[in-house]
Amino acid sequence: MNHPDTFLWEENIPGGCHWSGIVRRGTTLRLMDVTGGANAAVLFFNQEEKLERYNMADTLKSQHTFRLTKGHACHSDMGRIFCCITEDTAGWHDTVCGMSDAELIHRKYGIGRYQELRNKMFRSGLDGMLIELGKWGLGMRDVVSNINFFSKVTADSSGKLTFHPGSSRADDYVNLSFEMDALMVLSAAPHPLDPAQTYQPGAVRLTAFATPLSVIEECARISENVRGLQNTRHLYGCHGGAA
Amino acid sequence: MSTNLIESWLDPAMAVVDEICAAGEPWAKLVTQGQVFRIVDLEGNQAVDTLFFNAAHSVERYSATDTIRRQSMLYLTTGSRLYSNYGNIMLTIIADTCGQHDTLGGACAAESNTVRYALQKFPMHSCRDNFLHALAHEPICENLGMSKRDLPSNINFFMNVPVSEDGGLDFVDGVSAPGKYVEMRAEMDVVVLISNCPQLNNPCNDYNPTPIRLLVWDDPNDIADD
Repeated sequence: MNHPDTFLWEENIPGGCHWSGIVRRGTTLRLMDVTGGANAAVLFFNQEEKLERYNMADTLKSQHTFRLTKGHACHSDMGRIFCCITEDTAGWHDTVCGMSDAELIHRKYGIGRYQELRNKMFRSGLDGMLIELGKWGLGMRDVVSNINFFSKVTADSSGKLTFHPGSSRADDYVNLSFEMDALMVLSAAPHPLDPAQTYQPGAVRLTAFATPLSVIEECARISENVRGLQNTRHLYGCHGGAA
Repeated sequence: MSTNLIESWLDPAMAVVDEICAAGEPWAKLVTQGQVFRIVDLEGNQAVDTLFFNAAHSVERYSATDTIRRQSMLYLTTGSRLYSNYGNIMLTIIADTCGQHDTLGGACAAESNTVRYALQKFPMHSCRDNFLHALAHEPICENLGMSKRDLPSNINFFMNVPVSEDGGLDFVDGVSAPGKYVEMRAEMDVVVLISNCPQLNNPCNDYNPTPIRLLVWDDPNDIADD
């Protein structure tokens, strides 16, 4: 795939592994499902004040949606927008099922220790998240309902959930155009409802590029997002407010 | 959902706690393992924003995602287990005359009200204000050293947030009614933290927040043994 001409950097996260970093406003981060069937558990925090964090409920109810896709924004718990989803070839991203933990990984896939498997050991979503959070002085208290990029989970009228394997294929990607300077924490272990019998989490590739002007209005079709973006601009107003 | 409508045999006259939480107010209480806790929607269509914390270690708290994914179910009713972020069962719902309770809608806040309704709505009373007020004033919360950092996604008892198969989500009224209640058994010692929702901008309280009644019984098995 050709990189956009505003390319900044690229990072490959092997399946099961984890990553965290600061993503500046004005940057678009592309998350790509390298082989298909990946899951990227993600949380966002305000880089300046990490008590401000991604809020599942505010994100869903502000946009009257259960799934996340292009045109939606990822809302903070302080009425602001971390990023807008400005491109999405997968079409559905879950934000209600949380992460796998060590007990689930063990029960589902058996024992996969470092002693035998070295870096192919079975990592859990929660443990990867906690390791990355620990690098920033954060921990279990900061683990809130996360996004599971590339995973599709639907609910029937009774609320019963169904995981849809293969919803995301090789090279599917989602672009996150950041409106805030954010700490992003990512854990690429299997989705907790993934019925796969073997531990084979997919790799995720991160590509950062400068946000093109053409996508800035992508999530502004929803009036709630327009107000969220207004609140976000207030935060950065004293810096001259590029947005 | 009608198969989950289960009534309780517990007698309010035997309750060890029987309190009214006025419209728009917070409420916090210790409920110990084995005790039974009931929330009554006295006048109907009242959302009750509720969190649970391990009473000895508040880092362990109700987890919406654990509760949802461990049961593959979005809504709560009789038989639902309320899981913590450590994967432990905190409470089990043992009676429910409403039939469906929400895990997704979260709590209203001054900031989210500006996004959802209008920037001018910021001064309106909200559930997060209630939670933060309780964290600042309730000794039971103060002793645990809790702050905004300890406020995760909450349960909205009696609230109806239907999700459609194609991924839509809405806030509607119509499930609860006067006198409906939900009752749960504590599987560990928990601090219950409630905001009796003051939201006036959507139908979750039928645009008219009303009081709720909160009851606690000692372990019914112990009573039966006496």
